[in-house]
Amino acid sequence: MRVATKAIISGVHDTKVGALPESTCMSLHAQAGMGAIRDAGLQVGDIDGLLTAYSFTSPQIMLGAVAAEYIGLKPKVNASISMGGVTAGLMVAHAVALVKAGMCRHVLCLTGDNRLTGLGEKVQEALAQVGHQQYERPYGMSVASGFALAAQAYMHEFGMTHEHMAAVAVTLRASAAKHPNAHMKKPISMDDVRNSRMIASPLRMLDCCLVSDGGAAVIVSAGDVARDLPKTAIEILGVGEGHTHEHLFMAPSLVDFGCRESAAAALGQAGLSAGDVDSAHVYDCFTSTLLICLESMGFYDHGAAGEAALAGEFAIDGRFPVNTNGGLMSYGSSGAAGGMFHVVEAVRQLRHECGDRQVRNSSVALAHTLGGIFSAHCSIVMGRS
Amino acid sequence: MSDTATTPRPVPLADQDSRLYWEAANRGTLLVQRCNACGKTQFYFRSLCHHCQSENLGTEPSKGLGSVASFSIVYRPPMNCFKPDLPYVVALVDVDEGFRFMTNIVNCDPASVHIGQRVRVLFQRIDGSEQMLPKMEPL
Repeated sequence: MRVATKAIISGVHDTKVGALPESTCMSLHAQAGMGAIRDAGLQVGDIDGLLTAYSFTSPQIMLGAVAAEYIGLKPKVNASISMGGVTAGLMVAHAVALVKAGMCRHVLCLTGDNRLTGLGEKVQEALAQVGHQQYERPYGMSVASGFALAAQAYMHEFGMTHEHMAAVAVTLRASAAKHPNAHMKKPISMDDVRNSRMIASPLRMLDCCLVSDGGAAVIVSAGDVARDLPKTAIEILGVGEGHTHEHLFMAPSLVDFGCRESAAAALGQAGLSAGDVDSAHVYDCFTSTLLICLESMGFYDHGAAGEAALAGEFAIDGRFPVNTNGGLMSYGSSGAAGGMFHVVEAVRQLRHECGDRQVRNSSVALAHTLGGIFSAHCSIVMGRS
Repeated sequence: MSDTATTPRPVPLADQDSRLYWEAANRGTLLVQRCNACGKTQFYFRSLCHHCQSENLGTEPSKGLGSVASFSIVYRPPMNCFKPDLPYVVALVDVDEGFRFMTNIVNCDPASVHIGQRVRVLFQRIDGSEQMLPKMEPL
């Protein structure tokens, strides 16, 4: 086995998203995985590394072993990573390390969950798992109220407004309308967001991401296979992580998070700066989350991302296209697959295969995943090789 | 899933790390863990100091005063056992002894809660249990 100097993404796939009552957690894994293997022009036997995440609908002690068994994969390296929403990014980052260490040639990073239709009676149970058993859950904290605490602090400190957040929701819905598979395509207006039901102030229903069924997979391969691929190889130029806390009361700051470190590390490794990024694909579990991350990551000064959203800069033809598939807000959000959708879209933008939603002159993209309440971050910088 | 199904309120399950904290709450005291090596306080109770990793830790009562670092008024609860409380305030409070914790701000109009607001501790029994839970109310 050769040590690789470069790691590339050789194949990507995402399944249909939305309500897929015929799906199971494993059938989504199989569809996503086989789709990515076909996209890379590989055979099942070429996959020598498998990285998986976790499932709410079908919890497993050994999800990676279950997925390999279900599909018929025979990986030499097999591991599952369970770090909430940041997991997809971490899987790609670890796949890069496996390939560069010479331990694997083709690592399949595989996610999927039927969260919308598969939870049934377990919904209450799953929601009750959010937050610290002793120090958060007794106070009635929800995921939304956790992110709302950060949003409220950010509004107070840097002047983020309801208008700024609404503009994010409207723009991402418009982008989703250009994706053939998006979960939610019906256009929404600023008034729709402003008039939607308050969930946890300052967050309203249309400030919150979707819950979807769906799966996504990415294959990270040794760079020397690039010339044999049927599609343009996308090089992984840099990866970075940022970890500051798990529970929000332990965060060192309520307005500045580990995405600052993760983006700086990834861009630094790539030898690039924020200004070199042609499109960003950032974990948008709430409208506020996206604005806060873009500022912490250095794409905008504090207080400026909201104005940029209002000015339409995040649109596909805007000054700085963000979440061109519609993001978790409108494309889909299926557990760990939510973050993987962002990686898949970044790759498609760099391959120039996005059709109506193609960003002009796309040569560098950044994907970013986030777990917990701004707790764990992973940034991945990719480019056309 | 039935909307009317009642879920029990989540009750903190005290363990060997947190037993003193929850027992103190039942006596009406917000207990703080302070490191005898570096002198810093920490929330929550642990077997070591997360600042300096010393295991030489002591406890002391907090004066129970603090400031609202952030808050959210919840209109859609994570479990329907919280529905009778709607709308309720989830907050992060910076306690004067130098730690931040999550709590509810009670005994006030939720719309009056604001960042920087001074608050003091009170203890409310969790319905269906004997456990007292530290909460905050405006000064």
